[in-house]
Amino acid sequence: MTDAPVLSNETAAPHGSTPIGRVLRSVARLRRSRVGVVGASILVFWIAVALAAPLLAPFPPNQPLQPMAPPGTHAVGGTGVFWLGTDHLGRDLLSRIIWGARTVLVIAPLATLSAFIVGVSAGLIAGFKLGWLDELLSRVTDLVLAFPALVLYIVIISKFGASALNIVLAVTLASSPAVMRLTRGLVLELRNRAFVSAAQLRGESLWYIMVVEILPNARGPLIVDACLRLGYVTITIGTLGFLGLGLPPPDPDWGGMINETRQFALVFPYMVLFPCLAISSLVLGFNLLADGLRELSLQD
Amino acid sequence: MGEPVPLLELDDVSISYFSRAGEVPAVTGVSLKIFPQEALGLVGESGCGKSTLAMAILRHFGGRGRIVRGTIRFAGRDMAELSPQALRHVRGGAIGVVYQEAMSALNPSLRIGEQLAEVAVFHSGVGWSEARHQAVAMLSRVNVPDPERVMAAYPHQLSGGQQQRIVIAMALLPRPQLLVLDEPTTSLDVTVEAGIVDLIGSLRAGLGTALLFISHNLGLVAQVCERVAVMYSGELIEEGSVRDVFVAPLHPYTRGLIRCIPQPHLDRARMRLRPIQGQVSPPGERPFGCVFGPRCEHFTSGLCNRGEIALVADESAARHRVRCVRWREISEEIPQPMAPIPRERTEDIALVVTDLDKFYSVESAGFWRRLVGAGRQEIKANQKLRFRIRRGQTLAIVGESGCGKSTFAKVLMGLEPATAGEIRLGEIDLAKLPVWRRPPEVLRALQMVFQNPDETLNPSFTVGTQIARAVRRLGVERGRVQISARVRELLGLTKLPMAFARHRPSQLSGGQKQRVGIARAFAGSPALVVADEPVSALDVSVQAAITELLLEIQRERGTTLVIISHDLGFVRYIADRVVVMYLGQVMETGSVEELFAPPYHPYTEALFSAAPVTDPLMRRNRVVLSGEPPSMLDLPIGCPFHQRCPRKLGSICEIEPPPMRRASEGHRIHCHIPLEELRGIAPVFRAGPT
Repeated sequence: MTDAPVLSNETAAPHGSTPIGRVLRSVARLRRSRVGVVGASILVFWIAVALAAPLLAPFPPNQPLQPMAPPGTHAVGGTGVFWLGTDHLGRDLLSRIIWGARTVLVIAPLATLSAFIVGVSAGLIAGFKLGWLDELLSRVTDLVLAFPALVLYIVIISKFGASALNIVLAVTLASSPAVMRLTRGLVLELRNRAFVSAAQLRGESLWYIMVVEILPNARGPLIVDACLRLGYVTITIGTLGFLGLGLPPPDPDWGGMINETRQFALVFPYMVLFPCLAISSLVLGFNLLADGLRELSLQD
Repeated sequence: MGEPVPLLELDDVSISYFSRAGEVPAVTGVSLKIFPQEALGLVGESGCGKSTLAMAILRHFGGRGRIVRGTIRFAGRDMAELSPQALRHVRGGAIGVVYQEAMSALNPSLRIGEQLAEVAVFHSGVGWSEARHQAVAMLSRVNVPDPERVMAAYPHQLSGGQQQRIVIAMALLPRPQLLVLDEPTTSLDVTVEAGIVDLIGSLRAGLGTALLFISHNLGLVAQVCERVAVMYSGELIEEGSVRDVFVAPLHPYTRGLIRCIPQPHLDRARMRLRPIQGQVSPPGERPFGCVFGPRCEHFTSGLCNRGEIALVADESAARHRVRCVRWREISEEIPQPMAPIPRERTEDIALVVTDLDKFYSVESAGFWRRLVGAGRQEIKANQKLRFRIRRGQTLAIVGESGCGKSTFAKVLMGLEPATAGEIRLGEIDLAKLPVWRRPPEVLRALQMVFQNPDETLNPSFTVGTQIARAVRRLGVERGRVQISARVRELLGLTKLPMAFARHRPSQLSGGQKQRVGIARAFAGSPALVVADEPVSALDVSVQAAITELLLEIQRERGTTLVIISHDLGFVRYIADRVVVMYLGQVMETGSVEELFAPPYHPYTEALFSAAPVTDPLMRRNRVVLSGEPPSMLDLPIGCPFHQRCPRKLGSICEIEPPPMRRASEGHRIHCHIPLEELRGIAPVFRAGPT
């Protein structure tokens, strides 16, 4: 007397029980999207480069060696080859790019994470509570979004000084409104689902409903947005470096490298080209991964 | 004279969809004929391939489908050989199509007049002014009031029923030989549906168009068509005249389907639902041999799963074919009568609703009106509701969409506060007690089953986790071992396998999800459960199983049920008492026996007569309401029903709210018409000439 017995994918179940199993399964699923695989490979490449920087970099990144050597020049004294050439101060570009990966791959995720913590919390509250709280949060959001982001960065960084922490704070302030809006929209759609009513009817707290009932079901679009946003933040960090608002010299920072050498760009284009390529490839990696994830989420 | 030439002939048609996963067969080996002026109903549950087949007739697939075998001939021509130009003239020209969603069939940015005239210009080659002329004539033919005004309107300015009439007018403008209707009334209210169904019937008679009427609703097909084809799992399993198929079905699936639809004209004491076990196998995993085999009570291994089963003709009836190897032996068998489920007779009161009001205030559109403060309008979703719910009984609240029945459920559950009035549960007044202020024992006592199986469960967690959470919050069990024992008990109660505890909702079918929702609602052994349209989103064969499950749990636990529904057949089967609502007000209350026999409130009579019945021999007094329920924003003064009431007395109905008339102790009718006169109304249903 039951409509139970036939179950289509009985075998698909066992994995999902543990969190590790679930992560493994999502990684395995990503293989189905070619774009996603390419994006993930680029990211894995850069993460590996950043982790192994001391082993990979042929020269110390901040040491002046031989100014303006074109790519492929053999170092005087036979200590090695400047594969990508050196900058105007004689620092090896390859080593600076390798070490610079560390900077961006620490700051970009931190800044994105922080923007998501603020934006998702505000979006959950605004979308679920509605009323004056929503009105207030939404208007503050509008206010920040109405400001040109670049002006915001310049004001904050020039006021509080250039440091990793201030970059993270500035990015959080500028990006969290967009995250808030996205989250709010997702919550507005989810809050009227019957399972949310069911939770209310068993007397669950507001906090439980927002975090346990609603948030997990908004994760798909949020993860995709996080990947895209990592890309934007990477560009932002590059821009800040280029404007001289990035990390203080001499530590290598891709945007800063472009800024320092841009006056030589016409004569020695490689000095600007290679840091640019590094930034683009990393952003491309994030974007392709986001596309791949979106493709997967549309499949099921 | 010889054999007449069929208008449409499908010969061994198979259709597959091609996706990443490979070929998925949707329709296999369907052969069908429709003769000129004939109406053929195509019935089956979701996923059986009926819509795919209709699209195939027009050679219109969403990119991934393809006819892999067989031919489709229309008016003697093979559709596969038509040039793209010829095909465009057949589509919407010789074959008209009406889809389920009228709103998406109409272009939202064009006026109705332009869209209609365009059809005539393209297919009939007339000039624009002549085309507009024809369009107006066709609009009045489909009973659209004030056609000139409608011609100038945009689709969103018209109601759902009007839109569907316009789509029908559009399909009929080029005078098609065949009209394909794909679930044309599924998204409409019953009284509006009845109007459309009547319209289709009268147009057919007038225009001589053949019909292919696709529906999951057997009652509608019985009403509209003279022949019916039943599909299951992509195969045509039975075909014959409506009378033969519905009165003496041959295939076990058809027999099962008819036995599991509750009928508005039959009391529970006279029929018992027999749910079909199991569920439809997904395409791509269809069984070898008989596709219905795994669910069939007559399945015989070695006979039913030996090879492909042919469609054989029953010589005793005209053009009656069935795809079953055992049909002859089975048709002798008479199913064991099942004991009817007795009704609970009790005077114990579980809940008292007194003069309950729920008003919403909305800001009207328009910047200026908001600025001058004239913008706030009140929607009276519930007005002066007054009834009692008896312990252990089932109370059904019936009405069309927007009548306020779901609003009442929300107020009762504390998801919305009442504006005025009382809902008394023992000593506590629930009317203004929001859910977050309700004490745990009240939360435990009142639980809810929701309508949409896809939204009732949280997709992110396993079934077991979700039931366990409900047990932890509402149940008396403490500790892991006790809680998981209780989860198993609840799965058993709802007849789900224990293994489901580890499954996620996406791995379950609609009926299974609904069972989990019921298990969750019963976690704390509630005294009262509200079920908002608990079966309306499910397939017909699954509806019966859920209905029986609710009744069984109720009997076992003595639970009081409040059922909210628009389906009178379901209500008559499940309920003990009924409240009929219209535009936020109670029209009639009474026990099932009292309500389904005269005296009726005129609205109850209309609802009752609009309810589809699968028995083609049943004759009824048809009461078809004009128009649609008015907007809740401008409620009529006096009786809310006076604008559509076929028995309206006169100006008194427009001025004074109707008095409450007591037909018997528990039977109340709110109407100006005196009781004696209401008693004299003939019953809606009477057995037909057999």
